[in-house]
Amino acid sequence: MDEKREVVFLARGVTKTYLMGEVRIQALRGVDLTLHAGELVVMLGASGSGKSTLLNILGGLDHADGGEVRYRDQDLVRADDRALTRYRRHHVGFVFQFYNLISSLTARENVAIVTEIARDPMSPEDALALVGLEDRMDHFPAQLSGGEQQRVAIARAVAKRPDVLLCDEPTGALDSRTGIRVLRVIQDINRELGTTTAVITHNAVIGEMADRVVRLADGRVQSVEDNPIRKSPDQLVW
Amino acid sequence: MRAIHRKLWRDLARLKGQVAAIAVVIAAGIMVLILSVTTLDALTLSKDRFYDSHQFADVFADLRRAPEGLAPRLEAIPGVNRVQTRIKAPVRLEVPGFQEPVRGMILSLPDGRQPDLNRLYLRRGGLPESGRADQVVISEPFAQAHDLHPGDRLTAIINGRLERLIISGVALSPEFIYQVGPADLLPDYQRYGVLWMNRRGLAQAMDLDGAFNSVLVSLRAGAIEAAVIEALDLRLAPYGGIGAVGREDQVSHRFLSEELDQLRVMAVVLPTIFLGVAAFLLNVLMGRVIRTQRQQVAILKAFGYHDRDIALHFGLLTGLIVVTGTLLGILLGSWSAEALAGVYAEYYRFPEMSFRLRPQVILLALAVAAGAALLGTWRAVRQAVSLPPAQAMRPPAPERFRHSLLERSALGRLLSQPTRIIVRNLSRHRFKAFMSMLGIALSGGLLLLGSYQFNAVDHLLDIQYRLVMKMDLHLSFTDPTPERALAELRTLPGVQYVEGYRSVPVRLVHERRDYRTVIQGMEARPRLRGLLDADYRPVHLPPEGLLLTGYLAEYLGVRPGDRITVEVLEGHRRTLQVPLAGTVDEPIGVSAYMERRALNGLMREGPALSGAWLMVAEYEQDRLFERLWEMPRVAGIGMIDDAERQFRDYIQDTVLVMMGILLLMAGSITFAVVYNNARIAFAERERELATLRVLGLSRSEVNWVLIGEMALLTLLAIPLGWAVGTVFAWLLNQALSMDLFRIPFVITPATYAFSAAGVLLAAVLSVLLIGRRLARLDMVSALKSNE
Ligand SMILES: Nc1ncnc2c1ncn2[C@@H]1O[C@H](COP(=O)(O)OP(=O)(O)OP(=O)(O)O)[C@@H](O)[C@H]1O
Ligand SMILES: [Mg+2]
Repeated sequence: MDEKREVVFLARGVTKTYLMGEVRIQALRGVDLTLHAGELVVMLGASGSGKSTLLNILGGLDHADGGEVRYRDQDLVRADDRALTRYRRHHVGFVFQFYNLISSLTARENVAIVTEIARDPMSPEDALALVGLEDRMDHFPAQLSGGEQQRVAIARAVAKRPDVLLCDEPTGALDSRTGIRVLRVIQDINRELGTTTAVITHNAVIGEMADRVVRLADGRVQSVEDNPIRKSPDQLVW
Repeated sequence: MRAIHRKLWRDLARLKGQVAAIAVVIAAGIMVLILSVTTLDALTLSKDRFYDSHQFADVFADLRRAPEGLAPRLEAIPGVNRVQTRIKAPVRLEVPGFQEPVRGMILSLPDGRQPDLNRLYLRRGGLPESGRADQVVISEPFAQAHDLHPGDRLTAIINGRLERLIISGVALSPEFIYQVGPADLLPDYQRYGVLWMNRRGLAQAMDLDGAFNSVLVSLRAGAIEAAVIEALDLRLAPYGGIGAVGREDQVSHRFLSEELDQLRVMAVVLPTIFLGVAAFLLNVLMGRVIRTQRQQVAILKAFGYHDRDIALHFGLLTGLIVVTGTLLGILLGSWSAEALAGVYAEYYRFPEMSFRLRPQVILLALAVAAGAALLGTWRAVRQAVSLPPAQAMRPPAPERFRHSLLERSALGRLLSQPTRIIVRNLSRHRFKAFMSMLGIALSGGLLLLGSYQFNAVDHLLDIQYRLVMKMDLHLSFTDPTPERALAELRTLPGVQYVEGYRSVPVRLVHERRDYRTVIQGMEARPRLRGLLDADYRPVHLPPEGLLLTGYLAEYLGVRPGDRITVEVLEGHRRTLQVPLAGTVDEPIGVSAYMERRALNGLMREGPALSGAWLMVAEYEQDRLFERLWEMPRVAGIGMIDDAERQFRDYIQDTVLVMMGILLLMAGSITFAVVYNNARIAFAERERELATLRVLGLSRSEVNWVLIGEMALLTLLAIPLGWAVGTVFAWLLNQALSMDLFRIPFVITPATYAFSAAGVLLAAVLSVLLIGRRLARLDMVSALKSNE
């Protein structure tokens, strides 16, 4: 991997604690991580190891308690709410573990809700075509299968042509064929638009399509492995 | 259209049940405001217009007889603008086709033209032609009561002389907007009428040629009424003047002002309570509706929507609901105000009811509603946006994590699984549960406020007509009459018992307060007229000293033992000091009482009577009436049954119509609140309930989780609602005490039962409506999406 590539995310000693009544839960205990422009990183780790927490902090959905988190030259730890909103609006695309579509809006409108506030978006139709849902555009989430909902969520995430795409278990609820289809969309976006991409998964096989695989355990980065030969999603089997 | 706006419309459509319910709460609050303010305005405006356009006098004086030449001297009194002298006479009428005798008042008009003051508003026909002594104008309510028209004939006995009269016109006068007979509280248009005729004819009948016995005065701007009255009294005293009075002691004006005072109080108290409750509920309801959208807020934030965009989105949602509710409230309010004003028009006769919807009132209503709703929205939105989106995307954590006492206790282990879920839900969301309960309790309180007067009014009339007015007939004599008249009355057919009374018009003065009323002199232990203490036990008259209606004693600021200045307005017309011996409680009217012979002594007269009360056998009534009307001394006969009926009608028409409307609104609010609670509880629980079904609970067990919680909250809310409603009712009752009647503050068990039944009914209806949703509860789709 070319270490001189531009650094997009820089995380140093990131900590995050949840307070539940009197119980403190240390979700992150000092995470160090660097993500480079255009790379596709897969994050693996046991349930509860802090993957979602880390991704949420990188995406500006949550504040870290301590340490340093930078997006390019922007400090995400000390950023105020307005700055984080601006950051999310213009730079980040999210795909959530539970698709989190807005149930009162159709597929097309769920995408439009993002494109309408972005700087240089694709049309919702193009974005949905990208994930192969051009003929389900006017359906409500309740009328779509889980995989289709997830693809709408991806279309919604990429429609703004984000600089970074953050996916939390995008295939968790999908069968392998549909999962591969979703992964292919993610990879295409990463390749063609050069979008820096982080994908959380429980499925170690998915690591084979990544540039690097990051393993988290117990709130820390356990290992980071380079993957010299990126497989295409079609080659993955699980 | 932008997707976020489309979401707005879809949300409105999806939440239509709740949106409608919230709009109803707003509409009810606003309707009560518009109703009370607009009715008040309509009466005030109609009164002011009529007074202005028809030159209603400022000061009124009656006297025995003064030469017309006195008029210029009255005009010369500083502050006097115009003077209108006239002749005023009591009259007995015979109306063709009406068996009972009719009493009335006849007033003179300047020959063939309108008077300068108290002009007539002619509805039909015209004034008597100049020079004619046989034409009369009659008052409109009297004409309607007997279906009389211009051209019809009447027989009148004026000063003992029979006159045959032709009706030339039908009119209204600002002097008789409220047309009641002397000493009556309520109009009886069949048995009391007002007539006007040319002065010449009336002067002849009354032997008042070139003289007058009544005078009207209007004041210049800035004149001091009291000074003018004093000057008038001084000039009229030699001619038998009995004291000039300002408008506040003019009968019609006084009743009208009382009614307006009462409405004014209602226009403050009722909307404050209703709008206050509505505002509170609105705040809570909007907050809860928004809170169910918490995850959507988080998603929008995650995409980079600004807090202000999100706030605007929900603000618009709220705004649309508020505007809908307000429009509905204004519509219902002005419609019902018109209906209520129509009811008042039966008692208060104006040429026309003037309506006006004050924009300030509407703005005020809108501001209160929008303020309350937006506050609720804003707080909920702020709560949602203040969380980091990562956290807001999860459902909110409960307020506290402890096993409740009930769950840990032995009893708790006996509870079924679903019941334990209910207990856990309520104990972990105590604040939310309390707010739901408070909301239901407040609406139950409104139900009680709207209904308590129905029972209280019955109670009032029962006291008045079972315990106070125990006689069947009430006679008044033309002049003070010797006691032996009683013996004559006892011999009349059907008379079972007779009791005489003396009644003397007086002005009671204490420090800076004064009040015109009568002192009733009666037996120390009257059998036909009850005097009651605060516990409705009979009170006996002391050998000397006055008893006052408690309300009047309070108004004058006197306590037993204090001396009251009594200006006698009859006979020797002296001013005396009389001690207050005590007070009595009576729901209708205000008066002063004295032992009859003590009053005779005060009047320096022998044992004289002003009238008598009779108990009579019903089957002899017709014969008795015939005989009574033959007695020249009998000026009036009152039937207590009639009076009771009139009073019931009056209260039914005015107070209870208003209360009926309020009750309807209270009912709507109750349903709206209970239904909304249920809907939101369902929305919050849908996933949980579906999960429980997935885990193997039966449909009825799952239903119980939701319905049982609602039932528990409703049952807890009912007694709280009683407490709240009692406070509301007490506030209204305090504000509504007035001269004409005072509704006692009694809340009967029936009223409490009614409030509880209303809340329960609303709960049952809501459960039925929610039941449809529960039946459709779809495990698969409820779990499919995360929202
Ligand atoms: N809002 C919260 N309140 C309390 N604890 C939390 C909260 N969010 C996360 N946690 C805790 O923080 C730890 C890390 O959670 P996180 O969601 O990051 O795990 P994860 O690695 O994404 O797990 P999974 O693979 O199951 O999604 C867990 O122990 C979790 O219980
Ligand atoms: Mg996770």
